[in-house]
Amino acid sequence: MDDSRWISIHPLIVRITHWINALAILVMVTSGWQIYNASPLFPFRFPRDITLGGWLAGGIQWHFAAMWVLVLNGLVYTTYGIVSGHFRRKLFPITPAAVLHDVKEALRGKLAHDDLSMYNAAQRTAYLAIILCLVVLVCTGLVIWKPVQFYAIGQFIGDYEGARLLHFFAMALMVFIVLVHIAMVILVPRTFPTMITGRARRTT
Amino acid sequence: MKKRTMETSLAAQSSKLVRAVERRLFLRQGLSLGALAMLSGCKLTDDESVQNVLTSMSRWNDGAQAVIFSQARLAPEFPESAITRPFPFNAFYTEDEITYVDGKQYKLELAGKIRDKKPWALPELYALPQTSQITRHICVEGWSAIGKWSGVRFSDFLERIGADTTAKYIGFECADDYSTSIDMATALHPQTLLTFRFADQILPPKYGFPMKLRIPTKLGFKNPKHIMAMTVTNEYPGGYWEDQGYNWFSGS
Repeated sequence: MDDSRWISIHPLIVRITHWINALAILVMVTSGWQIYNASPLFPFRFPRDITLGGWLAGGIQWHFAAMWVLVLNGLVYTTYGIVSGHFRRKLFPITPAAVLHDVKEALRGKLAHDDLSMYNAAQRTAYLAIILCLVVLVCTGLVIWKPVQFYAIGQFIGDYEGARLLHFFAMALMVFIVLVHIAMVILVPRTFPTMITGRARRTT
Repeated sequence: MKKRTMETSLAAQSSKLVRAVERRLFLRQGLSLGALAMLSGCKLTDDESVQNVLTSMSRWNDGAQAVIFSQARLAPEFPESAITRPFPFNAFYTEDEITYVDGKQYKLELAGKIRDKKPWALPELYALPQTSQITRHICVEGWSAIGKWSGVRFSDFLERIGADTTAKYIGFECADDYSTSIDMATALHPQTLLTFRFADQILPPKYGFPMKLRIPTKLGFKNPKHIMAMTVTNEYPGGYWEDQGYNWFSGS
């Protein structure tokens, strides 16, 4: 195979942390729904079939086991992203005009995906938003887990009950973005193998 | 740029069509496999090896929480106006199954690494210096409620009975067949109270007459009611919910 026909898209460390993160999020969200169901904040429960752990104790065990995976993996990813300049190169700049333009294009099914190594503004916003959601989820999660020990954080977000609400809304936003993300991968399937092999065939 | 994209995709369309369909199929199968794994997710915990990993992680989390825990950090206290009324009843049984303890016959039994194991009658306990707190009770289920409890500071009581505070655990046996146990660091926390009153009244049976150990730095199920006996020990005592899978430390 001629190497010049392939371009490098995702560094190995990004691919590894992406898939560990995907698994950790799947476990965190489904076990989190199990925990939510024990005392729902809103007048609905998540269907039992899409919750993890069987009952509350199992849900908590999964949640507090996977949280270490999520956080340690997240630390590796963000450290790499900041130190290597990956974030700066891939996620910035983001301008409101570009985001608006790209979201409109995407909704009309015309968004350009010719260069997979460059994220368009809609992608940049989505990926950055997921990172921010995860930061909020970890911080609010710490306050829910340890409202006394982490009161230093809790006092700014309405303490235990405020953190519970924020944790829920950050989860909801993140799940929404992830679903859009998966839908986009299904619509542009050639992006999928690149997150495994790290490279894509040149299209020009 | 956009024009080129369209040309490229048009030219490549026919040759790529078959491959794309195959890929989409592969993707869809992959996704439904994932969905299937998720649907049967709760079954995974029946797998012994998975359960062993989860249990070890829970033990690891006990250690992590002990490291995070500080006797100097106090649970927030609230004004009387913040008290939740009515305060929720919660137990592993329903309200019509509440245990009634005879206060006149009652004696708190002491066991284990304690110098003076003389049992304590209620009038003797009521005569000890009392203090009050208005703190938040957080249930493992997620809900929370604010209440007012009064009693003797547990660390003072442990000192009075000559408990070995270098021991690891204190276990509690309750009149309603409940049991739980806590770590010594939490037992010595200044807000951990052996309480006899709720909302300035003698503890009603539904809140744990004659006494409840109030620990605002732990989840509700770690706050035993109707305490009949306590043991200071180095052997892990477990507990009613802990033995069923709830995390043992469950600190706040």
